Amino acid sequence: MKNSRFDATVLTLGFAFLYIPIIILVIYSFNASRLVTVWGGFSLTWYREMWSNQGLMDAAWVTARVAVISATIATVLGTLAALTLVRFRKIPGRLLFSGMIYAPLVMPEVITGLSLLLLFVSLNVDRGFWTVIIAHTTFSMCYVAIVVQSRLLTFDRSLEEAALDLGCPPVKTFFRITLPLILPAVLAGWMLAFTLSLDDLVIASFNTGPGATTLPIKIYSQVRLGVTPEINAICTILIGLVALGVIAASIATKRNEVRRQRDEQAAAAG
Amino acid sequence: MAIDTLSPQPPSKPEPVIADPSRRNPARWLVVATPYLWLLLFFAAPFIIIFKISLSDTAIAMPPYTPVFEGFGKFGEFFSQLDFENYEFLASDSLYIKSYLNSLRIAAISTFLLLLVGYPMALAMARAKTSLRPILVMMVILPFWTSFLIRVYAWIGILKPEGLLTLLFQTVGLLGEGEQVQIFRTDYAVFIGIVYSYLPFMVLPLYAALEKMDHTLLEAASDLGCPPWKAFWRITFPLSLPGVIAGSLICFIPITGEFVIPDLLGGADTLMIGKTLWTEFFSSRDWPLASSIAVILLGVLVIPIVYFQNQQQKAG
Repeated sequence: MKNSRFDATVLTLGFAFLYIPIIILVIYSFNASRLVTVWGGFSLTWYREMWSNQGLMDAAWVTARVAVISATIATVLGTLAALTLVRFRKIPGRLLFSGMIYAPLVMPEVITGLSLLLLFVSLNVDRGFWTVIIAHTTFSMCYVAIVVQSRLLTFDRSLEEAALDLGCPPVKTFFRITLPLILPAVLAGWMLAFTLSLDDLVIASFNTGPGATTLPIKIYSQVRLGVTPEINAICTILIGLVALGVIAASIATKRNEVRRQRDEQAAAAG
Repeated sequence: MAIDTLSPQPPSKPEPVIADPSRRNPARWLVVATPYLWLLLFFAAPFIIIFKISLSDTAIAMPPYTPVFEGFGKFGEFFSQLDFENYEFLASDSLYIKSYLNSLRIAAISTFLLLLVGYPMALAMARAKTSLRPILVMMVILPFWTSFLIRVYAWIGILKPEGLLTLLFQTVGLLGEGEQVQIFRTDYAVFIGIVYSYLPFMVLPLYAALEKMDHTLLEAASDLGCPPWKAFWRITFPLSLPGVIAGSLICFIPITGEFVIPDLLGGADTLMIGKTLWTEFFSSRDWPLASSIAVILLGVLVIPIVYFQNQQQKAG
C-alpha cells in the first residue's frame, strides 16, 4: 500500500520533530554538568535537588490541581456552549454569545489576565488558587466549544431525531446518543483545556496570589536567571507519569474492546 | 402530498420538529444560561473595565492609572475625562503599527506552515487502524503535558550558535569547523518555536474532522477511476474543511498575540504586538497604553472572525 508507507513516513517525521527536543531535555536531566549543552556524565544530582526544592514541588502540585479542575469545568461549560451555538440558534443575544466564545481566543493572554485581575480587584476577591481556576476555565472553555462545535456541525442528526420521534426525552437523548457520538471531540477538548492550563504563564501570573504559584511562573523566573537542570528533572518525572497514564488508559480501552467483541459474538451466537 | 413526505426534507424543515419538544424543556435554558452567564461575568464585564482603562491617563501609582469612572453620580465628570490620547499616541508612533503588521505576517506564515506539517499528520492518524488511533492522539498530546517554557528552552539549546544543531551539522560535514548555525534570535527561530508549540492545536481539530470521514466515498472514487490526488482534493479536503478552519483559527489567533516565543527565541528586531504589550505593562507600567494596544488588536481580529463564523453557521 502506497498510502500506508506515506503515512508511516509522515508520522515518523512528525513524531521525531515533536519528540527529539523532549528526549534531549530528558537526557540532560541526567547530566552531571550544570551546563545544558555540555555532557558531564550520568548523575541523579538534579533529582535530589528538585526533591528538596519545596517551592518547585509546591508549584507542581498547584499546577496539577488547577489544570484538572479547570479543564473539567471548562469541558462542561464548553460543551454546553457548543450545543447552544449549534442547536439553539434563536436565543436572545446570540451574536453577543458567539462573540464571547470567539473573543477570548483573540484576546492576547495579557489582556484576559489583566482584565480579570481588575474584575477581581473591583469585587474585592482575594487572588489565589480559585482565581487562577476561574481565569483558566474562562479561556479554555472557548477552545473546548470550538472543538466540540466543529464536530456538532458535521454530525448526522438522524439518530437523535429517531430517538426524539420515539418519545425519548431530550436530556436522555443527549446522554444516550449525542454525547457518545461527540465524545471524541469532548475528550479532545478536555485534553486541550488541560494542556492550555498547564502551559499558561501570562494569565496565571496576573491572577495568582500568595501560595498559588504555578509551575510556568516558577520556570519562567528561573529561565530568566538561567535554567537549572532541576527543571529538566521535574519535566522528566511529569513525562514519566503521563506515559504511565497513557499506557493505563490504552490497556483499559483495549480490554473494553475485547469485552465488547466477545459480547457481540455471544449475541450473534445466541 | 405523499411525495413530499417521502422526499428528503428541505434543510429548513427539520428545525421546528426538533426544536418543539426541547423548547418547553427547562434543561434547554440550563444549557444556554450556564456558559452565557459565566462568560458575561468573567469575560464581558472585565473587557468593559479594560476598555475604560484604555481611555484613562497614566499615573505613577498603584494601580498605575487615573480612575476615569467613579460612579453613576459623576457622569458629567466621567465624560469630560475620557480622551483618546493613548490611541493618538499609538497611531503616531510607527513602532506600534510595525508591531501589528509584523505580528499578522508571522501569524499568517506560521499558520500556513502548521497546516503543511499538521495536515499530513492528522490524515495519517485518521487512516491508521482504529485501535492505534487513541495512542497516536495521546502521542501528539504527550509532549505538551510538559511545560511550554521548557520546550521553548529546549529549542534554545538546539538552535543557538554553539548549540546542538551546529554540532550536528559540523559532524555531518554541512558546516566547517568555525562555522555556526545562525538561526537563534531570528524570525526563523520564532517560526520553528511556533510550529513546534502549536502543532497539537492544528492536528487535533484536523484529526477530529478527518477521523469521522466516510471512507466508502474514497473507495467509490477509486473504483470509478479517480486518481488518489484528485480524490484527495475533491473529497477528503472539502470534507475536512471544518477542521481546517477550526485548526487555523485556534492557531492564527493566539499566535498573533504570542509573547513567550518571540521573547525567548526572537531577536531584538522581531517586533510582535504581544511582546510590545507585555513591555508596556511590565516595564513601562503604562496600563492605559497597553489596554489601547489590546483594544485595537481585538478590533483587527474579531470582526473577520465573527463574520466568518456566521458564514460557517449558514453553511452548517
